[in-house]
Order: sequence, then C-alpha cells, then structure tokens
Amino acid sequence: MSITLDHVEYKYSEGTPMETEALHDVSLEIRDGEFIGLIGHTGSGKSTLIQHLNGLMRATGGDILYNGESIYREGYSMKELRSHVGLVFQYPEYQLFESDVLSDVCFGPKNQGLSEEQAKARAIEALRLVGMGEEYDKRSPFDLSGGQKRRAAIAGVLAMKPEVLILDEPTAGLDPKGRDEILGQIARLHREQGLTVILVSHSMEDVAVYVDRLLVMDHGRLRFDGAPREVFSHYRELEEIGLAAPRVTYIAHALKEAGFPVRTDVITVAEAEEAILCTLNGTNEREKATP
Amino acid sequence: MGIIKAEDLSYNYIKLGEDEKTEEVSEAVRNVSIDIHAGEFVAILGHNGSGKSTLAKHMNALLLPTEGTIWIDGRDSRDEDALLAIRQTAGMVFQNPDNQIVAGVVEEDVGFGPENMGVPTEEIWERVDRSLEAVGMTAYRKSSPNRLSGGQKQRVAIAGVMAMEPKCIVLDEPTAMLDPGGRREVIRTVRELNRKKGITVILITHYMEEVIHADRIYVMDEGQVAMEGTPEEIFTQVERLKELRLDVPQVTELAYGLRKRGVPLSPCILDEEQLVKEILEVRAGNVHNA
Amino acid sequence: MMRDITLGQYYPVQSPIHKLDPRTKLFGTVILIAALFVADNIFCYILAAAAVFAVIAASRVPVRHILKGLKPVLFLLIFSVIFNLFLTDGKVLVQFWIFKITREGILRSLLMAVRLIFLVMGTSLLTFTTTPNQLTDGLEKGLGFLKVIRIPVHEFAMIMSIALRFIPILVEETDRIMKAQTARGADFESGGLIKRGKAMIPLLVPLFISAFRRAADLAQAMEARCYHGGDGRTKMKPLRYRAADRISYVVMLAFLGADIALRVLL
Repeated sequence: MSITLDHVEYKYSEGTPMETEALHDVSLEIRDGEFIGLIGHTGSGKSTLIQHLNGLMRATGGDILYNGESIYREGYSMKELRSHVGLVFQYPEYQLFESDVLSDVCFGPKNQGLSEEQAKARAIEALRLVGMGEEYDKRSPFDLSGGQKRRAAIAGVLAMKPEVLILDEPTAGLDPKGRDEILGQIARLHREQGLTVILVSHSMEDVAVYVDRLLVMDHGRLRFDGAPREVFSHYRELEEIGLAAPRVTYIAHALKEAGFPVRTDVITVAEAEEAILCTLNGTNEREKATP
Repeated sequence: MGIIKAEDLSYNYIKLGEDEKTEEVSEAVRNVSIDIHAGEFVAILGHNGSGKSTLAKHMNALLLPTEGTIWIDGRDSRDEDALLAIRQTAGMVFQNPDNQIVAGVVEEDVGFGPENMGVPTEEIWERVDRSLEAVGMTAYRKSSPNRLSGGQKQRVAIAGVMAMEPKCIVLDEPTAMLDPGGRREVIRTVRELNRKKGITVILITHYMEEVIHADRIYVMDEGQVAMEGTPEEIFTQVERLKELRLDVPQVTELAYGLRKRGVPLSPCILDEEQLVKEILEVRAGNVHNA
Repeated sequence: MMRDITLGQYYPVQSPIHKLDPRTKLFGTVILIAALFVADNIFCYILAAAAVFAVIAASRVPVRHILKGLKPVLFLLIFSVIFNLFLTDGKVLVQFWIFKITREGILRSLLMAVRLIFLVMGTSLLTFTTTPNQLTDGLEKGLGFLKVIRIPVHEFAMIMSIALRFIPILVEETDRIMKAQTARGADFESGGLIKRGKAMIPLLVPLFISAFRRAADLAQAMEARCYHGGDGRTKMKPLRYRAADRISYVVMLAFLGADIALRVLL
C-alpha cells in the first residue's frame, strides 16, 4: 500500500473572485505501515488534505496515486478507494444512526456488498478491536458514554477493513483518561494489525509520544515532513505558524540556556526525565571522580 | 457565606429502565457541599460523567436540587421569585459555541441578556460596548457569529454574559471544542475578567493546564467532591488524579518523575520557571556537596 | 460550500435601504408581491423591474450576490417555465409528438419566470438588508395587532429569527454527516427513488438528533440569559420611523397605484 500526492492543489470556487487556495503544491508519499501525525493551525488545510486521500474532495490540480494508480483515472472506483482508506471524522459519534451498536457498525461492511452474516462477523471483530465487549452489541448507541460512542464510531470504519486509517482529532472533548485509552487503542491497531495510521491532532504532546512521522500544514502548504524530533527542533518556526513544541522541549531549552548542559531534543516526559537525570548524575560522578 | 454556597446538594436523574416500565434513579450529584467566595477563581475538574456539569447548572438555577440547598448570593435557587436575580448574578457560558449564540449579529447577541432583563435602550448600548471591549471583540461587533472562530464565538458568549453585569461567571467546559489557540484566548479573557473586574469565575474543564492559576480546585468523581484544595495541593497527588481519570500538566509530571527517582525537588511544581530554578539548585548542591 | 448559500443571509454594508425601518421593508415586500400578482402586461413588469433594480442599487448589495440567491429556486423556476410552456392552450407555434408550444405558452412562461425571479429577489433583498433580529422586531411590531386574537406573535418571530441563524450551521452539518457516511460507503447519488429514500436514513437520523440537541442547548442558553418570553423585554434597537421611512411609504403606495393604473388602463 502506498499513497502518493503529486503536486496536489485545491482551490475553492475556482474561477470566481471568491477563489481561495486551500492546498498549495502538496507532494508527499505515505508508505505502508507508517504512523503519521498531521498538525496545523485551524484552517491550515489539514481537513482538506485528508478528505483528498479518500476521494471525498477532488484536487483542482496535481494527481493522487493509490498503489501507483491515479485515483482520478476514468472509471476508478471511489467506493473501493474509500474501503481501503478509512476516514474517521471529528466527533464521529454524531454520525451514529442505528438502533443498536452492532447494526451501526455493520453499515460500512454492508455498503461494501457483504452479506448480513459477513458484515456481522466484521462488525464484531471491529468492536472487539476497539475494546468494546459483547455486552455493548445490543445497546443503543445513544445510551453510551462519550468515549464509548466514539469507539463505536471508530469501529464503524474499522469494520470496512481499511488499509489506511485516518482519524481527525479522535480525542477532542474527551477527558485525559479517555484520551489515553483511544490513543492507546489506535497505537495497538497500528502495531498488531499493521494498519497505516494518519492522526490529525492539536496536541503536540500526543503526537510526540505516538507517531513516527510528522506532517505540518500551514496556509495550505506542507511546511515540515519528518520525524517528530526533527520537526520539533524547528520550534521557533512552528510558533510563527501558531503551533509549538511539547512543553518538555521548552523546559530542556530553558535549562540549557540557564547553563544546565542537557539534551534539548527531548519531546516526551520520559525522555526529558532521562536526559535531566543523566546530566545530574553525570555531574555527580564527575565531581566524585575528582578528589 | 460565599457568593455560591451549596449544602448537601444532591441531584437525581430519573430514566426508564431496560423494560421501559420501571424507573431508574441515577444520582448525578451526591451530597456536595461547596462554598465559593466573591472574587475567587475556582476550577472544577472531573472526568466525563463525573457530575461537574450537573453541578454547574445548579449555580444558575437551570437545575434545582433534589435534596439539599444551593444559595447564589444568598438567594435559595428554589425561590421562584428570585429566579431572574439569580441568573443575573451567576451568568453561564456553555461548551458548544454555536449553540448559545442567539442573534445573527455579534452586538445584538451581546444585547440579548440585557433586553430580557428589561434594561433601558441607552444602557443596553453602554453595556454592550463595555462587554465587547472587555473581551476584545469590539472590532467584530457587526459581524455574523458564523464567520468567527471557535475562540472568538466563546468570547462573544462571555461578553453576552458580562452585559448582564453578573458577579459571577460559570463556564461549563468552554474550551472543550476549541483548538489550542482558541483555548488560550478564552482562558486569557476569563483570567483578565477575574483579575481586573473582580468577577468570580467558576471554570469547569478537564484541561489541567487551564487550572494551574486557579485559587482553588474542586475535583469531582461519581457526583461527589473527591478532592479540594489549591492547585499545589491537588497536583501533588499525581496517582490519585490518575485514578480519577485525570492527569497533571507536563511540567508537574516531569517534576514528579524526577522526584520519584531521587531528585530533591519540591513536592509540587506547576511552573516551568520554578522547575528550572530547582533543577539548577540541585545541580549546584551536587557540585557543592562533592 | 455552505458559505455560498446566500438566501436569507444578512449582507453587512451601510446603505439607505439597510437603515430603513424593518416594518417599512416588510411593507415594501408585501407591495412588491401584490404588484407582481396584479401585473398582467409588459408595462407592469417594466415598472416592477425598475423598482426592484432601483432598490438593489440603493441597497449596495452586489447584483451578483442577489443572483446567487436564485440558485436554490432554480428547480422551481425551470419547473414552472416548462409547465407553462407546454400546458398553455393557444396559437400553436411548434408541435412534436404530444407536445406543443404555443405563443401564449411562451409569453406566460416568460412572465411566470420574471414574476418568480422578482419575487425571490425582492424577498431576499429584505433579508440581505435586514438582520434577522431586526426582521423579528419588525414582524413582531408590525403584526403586533394579532396579539389581540391570542396569536403568539413574539414567539413566532423569535422562532423565525433563530431558524435563520441556524440555517448555515445545519447546512454545514448536513454536509459533514453526508461526507462521513460517504466515507463509510454510503451512496446518496445512484439508484431509484426508493433506494435513494432509504439512503437518506443514515443522514436524516443523525441530523435530527443533532438539531434536537442544538435546540435543547440553545433553549438552556437562552434561559440562562434570563429569557422568559416577550413580557418585560426592552429593545437594544427599538423601531422608530424616520423621514426616510415616511417618504418610502409614499413612494411605495405611488408605485402600487401606478401598477394598478397600468393594468386597468392598458
């Protein structure tokens, strides 16, 4: 599996005075099994970008290739593309509509043309994957808690067995534990099912912990594309576009400026802890070594 | 007595059971007693479904207690004649920015509260001007709310409450649906109203970074007050907070981790500068001891 | 995109029309509708066109913007044109199979189209130049006499203004849910009527739930801001007739008179 974006461009109301450019010359390749974070200020083009990946929006310029084949080629089945590239929108619980959880999760597989039985089997598998046991199958989705609703909605996309799973801010509005649970599930899906994951997030702290590649959008352009550690080293430029590095990165920089020789490329709490201890112990040992 | 005082307040939701005949009582708030003083900045933390929203709605008499009593500026919320006075005293801002703006033009929305209160026309204009100024939205007064960002919409909602000249603002997860920029905008506005105008603020949230400047924090769980104290007192108890499905700010977590591994830091550090300062001191101490 | 939907949305510019009392504008709209129904010859339409374009010019709303507002009624427009074109008896000009186009048919469908276009332009001009709240106030005060026969005018006016405020939000929401279900393989475009109808369920159920949730939220927010119906309410922008309004009334009545005269005399 791979998705290639080749100089993709998207303009709203093209050819009118209201014309606005939402994507400008975006080129990138998404490879099999990657865990990608996508960050950017509201209105930076993140949502527009992900909607291009499963054909919900059509580029006004450039090309998108799925497994080397242009999705804009005549006769290309968008429906099939959408079953390979699953997209979970923000607040996905608002799209639940069936009378029980299981039927709702069956919606996607049924649209793919699977039989009732097959759809059910897929739905059950997906629900267990997001950690929802049998006891929820027959419950009304509207009786669930916020976090459970969200998981059911994610299962609704997983049941289609996509190769790529795109999630637009899957933790918005959840409490810290709920947030960790959802992100933990997603990381497990990536690890155990080999899913390619694209996570749109506003939390630098979260992407620092989970993803192994980070895309940064600004004004419709792809500004950075690299490992989180590398991207966050440009924290000054990130600030200019309304973003930031994780808090701990700033602490490391502040320490260094105050004369404390610590690594500044730390991006998670655990890393910062190690780095600071390392320096402290280093001093200890060095001081002890000199009689 | 404080501006908001609750004594043994309980609230039960009644819903139909599985068989759709029996009624099930679910206790959203249980025996809560709180006392909030004029001018304070109080935060209420709690996971989704912990009862914090239900409690907030009592402060504006949108819900009335099943048991116990709540007084808003000395008025019992069950006193029907005091209803409007209570709502003027404790204004409310809600989570969804779209679902609380009534009018199609910013300034008209800000004027909605005073209109309902029967404030004379000229005074409405003065109040609208002042409120928009206070939240920094004067430039957008003629705009349609639909064109504003989430953070701006919430500031309009805050102005709408300010125009009622309340003593107290209750904000029920005002930042839950906003991006980080919008969250900062709203929190900055609220802190300013508290500091400069002396408005009592009750902020309900589950973003830990937003409450480190609060005077006091209540943590709710299962409808009860599980913890109460200053941010320092609350955030020292990292394990307890995690049990309650909450978290601590990254700075605090880092300090906590270092302390657990033997670095002699203060028990609770909320502030980045303080952490840096203490780590430097530890290092200097190490050098000195050696 | 939703922002393209212009029907019923306020267009914020300063103009003499924007400054008129909403009651004046409401009355003007009624006059226009009356005039269009009275009209039965080309001169009446020329007069109406002149009036509409004069008001548009004075309102400073770009003509292009107003024309965009016609888009949602395009279907209705085409339908009524076709209906009139083929089903009017008279002098046959063209005939094929069971269809015939008559001279009267062409004339009538043209006039219908013009009538409909002016109707939509006139009413959308009202909403372009009047904020929903002003409109509410205008209706409330203009129709205040109905309160005597126990019609809850204030409540109706409030409902209307809130509906206007939430139209773009709900349209955006529809778009979002539609995309989300499309991402789950739903197909809203192909199939027969029944299949399409069935395909709407995954769209309509979430949309209704969301609309009800919003309604409940809004009711609560209004209550929290001391809303308790129309009693004892004051106005931030109370309605007051100015000289311009009085002049407008005279002009409008003259216009209606001229229109009737054109019909009767010609």
